[in-house]
Amino acid sequence: MKTVMNGDFAASYGAMTSDVKFVAAYPITPQTLIVEKLSELVADGELDASFVKVESEHSAMAACIGAQAAGIRTFTATSSQGLLLMCEVLHWAARARLPIVLANVNRAVAPGWSIWADAQDSISQRDTGWMQVYAENNQDVYDSILMAYKIAEDNDVLLPMMVNLDAFFLSHTSEVVDLIDNDKAKEFLPAYDPEYKLDPKNPRAFGALTSPEHYFEFTYKMFEAMEVAKKKITQVGKEFGDIFGRYYDMTESYKIDDAETVLVTFGTIAGTAKESVDRLRKEGKKVGNLKIRVFRPFPAEQIIDALKNAKRVVVIDRDYSYGNEGAFYTEIKGALYDANLRIDTYGMIAGLGGRDVSTTVIKEIVEKAETSEPNKTYFIGVKK
Amino acid sequence: MLLQLKLPSIRLNKEISVEEKKIELNKVDEFPPMPVSLGSMRVNKTSSWRNFRPIIDGEKCIGCGICWKFCPEPAIFPTNPPEVDYDYCKGCGICIANCPVDAITRQDETK
Amino acid sequence: MIEIRLHGRGGQGAVKAAEILARAAFYDGKVVQSFPFFGVERRGAPVQAFTRISDDVIRIHSYIYEPDVLVVLDPTLIGAEGVNILDGLQENGKVVINSSKKPEDFDFHGKNGIKVFTVDATKIAIEHKLGSASAPIVNTAIVGAIAKVTGLVTIGSVKKAIFDTIPRYQEKNAAAAEATFNQVK
Ligand code: SF4
Ligand code: SF4
Repeated sequence: MKTVMNGDFAASYGAMTSDVKFVAAYPITPQTLIVEKLSELVADGELDASFVKVESEHSAMAACIGAQAAGIRTFTATSSQGLLLMCEVLHWAARARLPIVLANVNRAVAPGWSIWADAQDSISQRDTGWMQVYAENNQDVYDSILMAYKIAEDNDVLLPMMVNLDAFFLSHTSEVVDLIDNDKAKEFLPAYDPEYKLDPKNPRAFGALTSPEHYFEFTYKMFEAMEVAKKKITQVGKEFGDIFGRYYDMTESYKIDDAETVLVTFGTIAGTAKESVDRLRKEGKKVGNLKIRVFRPFPAEQIIDALKNAKRVVVIDRDYSYGNEGAFYTEIKGALYDANLRIDTYGMIAGLGGRDVSTTVIKEIVEKAETSEPNKTYFIGVKK
Repeated sequence: MLLQLKLPSIRLNKEISVEEKKIELNKVDEFPPMPVSLGSMRVNKTSSWRNFRPIIDGEKCIGCGICWKFCPEPAIFPTNPPEVDYDYCKGCGICIANCPVDAITRQDETK
Repeated sequence: MIEIRLHGRGGQGAVKAAEILARAAFYDGKVVQSFPFFGVERRGAPVQAFTRISDDVIRIHSYIYEPDVLVVLDPTLIGAEGVNILDGLQENGKVVINSSKKPEDFDFHGKNGIKVFTVDATKIAIEHKLGSASAPIVNTAIVGAIAKVTGLVTIGSVKKAIFDTIPRYQEKNAAAAEATFNQVK
């Protein structure tokens, strides 16, 4: 059923369609409407789940860990400082191999206080063992949550997944979202039934002291799981498309076949970039766009394949790894190096703290790349 | 006088089934995905590092249940008087420190 | 794709108007997007809201800088310091103003092909008892005028969108929208 809703609600309904049984959340800023809507849906009896209000985001994730370990499907949502406060337990959820799904509204990190779009929050949690999806639009938010559970709960994956959506540009923007009815959703995503769970009839110790003799192997297991996840994400994206008509993958190429300049983008900027590609092509510029939808696991193979014929690779980061460059930029270059591809690359930092990245800004970025020294980082739009 | 509780008599069923034998982890493929004891905790006895054992004096005990509530393992059964499960008691002494009538004493394990 | 920018003051409900307009277009089978200017709003401060209406998927996610249609909920914004309503308006663009004046009374009417339309939405809102006489709420009413002037949405869909978006007094709000639809010039 098609309806109009903002990105926050798309996330709430994504959790509801996924038939989550437990939601824990801290309801204070920077929390969003995602959990407010879910608490409403639970109170109205539309969603049969427990909604637990906790005293911090750290506790929200801790509560999800407990509930998920007991063998039920859990969900939480947060943003910026809230995600950062979760950091310790994010690691815990991943290493405990609990397929929790979390919606994170990408917001800038304080100070100065900001509630605006910026991926610094989730990028700084890159190495927690969570898979990361960056949504382009509200439909993507909704669909990604449903797919996230299917991927995360796979017995060979068992890793948590974070679905990221840009603050305001999705969270507060109303768009058409096609909701999936519950029966069809259940066919796609069967009930959660984990092999390992807290069970009084079969008492086990979880997360116990692990000596150097064993710890290493558990990390290796996560490496294996991430490798499996790469295939699984592609496979589930296709399966989802076959059923619901909307196809997803780790990356999405747009007009790159003959493109000399390929933009590499994620989140809402990817959508605006595609629009820009069309406008720039009308001006005779051979531009394409590669959207990175999944950042962890990192889709190096797909990226290499998409960029191998490009003359210029222009990476737009709405984040900055202090002391180095944009996080996506570093990793894209790494992938190209692995494939022996020596292409001119440009690291473009843009849109920080909610600064709008319009088609005009993207045009400016392309022009900047055409006229600047390659293999360098540029901050776009700094007031000088 | 402390309030005396009637503790429910609960003990752990320690019968071990065939699948619950202890499993050795040698190859990575034998590892579970997360750090979880493969066998049941019924076979993974965790008391090996205990230096001394708590001994409850049933005569002195007033059945308040504090030791049972405070034991972090938990390795005390809520019987009356409480009974320590020496398969899991790690000898931390919390029960000893918190018993209001000093009914628990320590006994050296090494002798 | 048609881009519409709405100007109002904090508390007037420009954001709701943008949403009602988008929802109405959605009922008419269009692809839509609506959002507020993401600022720190206070009552009375100039605010903006945006609606995009398209036959095709809307990929762009940024503010609207070159609107096809402008909607002004509060005529005092025209010429107000720090606000340039006309900024970026397309050639032959349309401007819908909540005002008791005639279109010709606005000096940009006819310039660059710009067409001004006016409707006294404030008076209509008061007549329909929307808000108070000192602070009438014009956001639902004005959507009727936008429907008439642009032909982007049907008045039936506007009324349906009002019913689905506004929690109270839906009848009165829908009637006010119908009135501006009929009275805009
Ligand atoms: S010594 Fe510690 S572990 Fe043993 S019974 Fe007392 S409190 Fe429990
Ligand atoms: S042993 Fe001490 S703490 Fe335990 S129940 Fe008896 S009196 Fe209470």
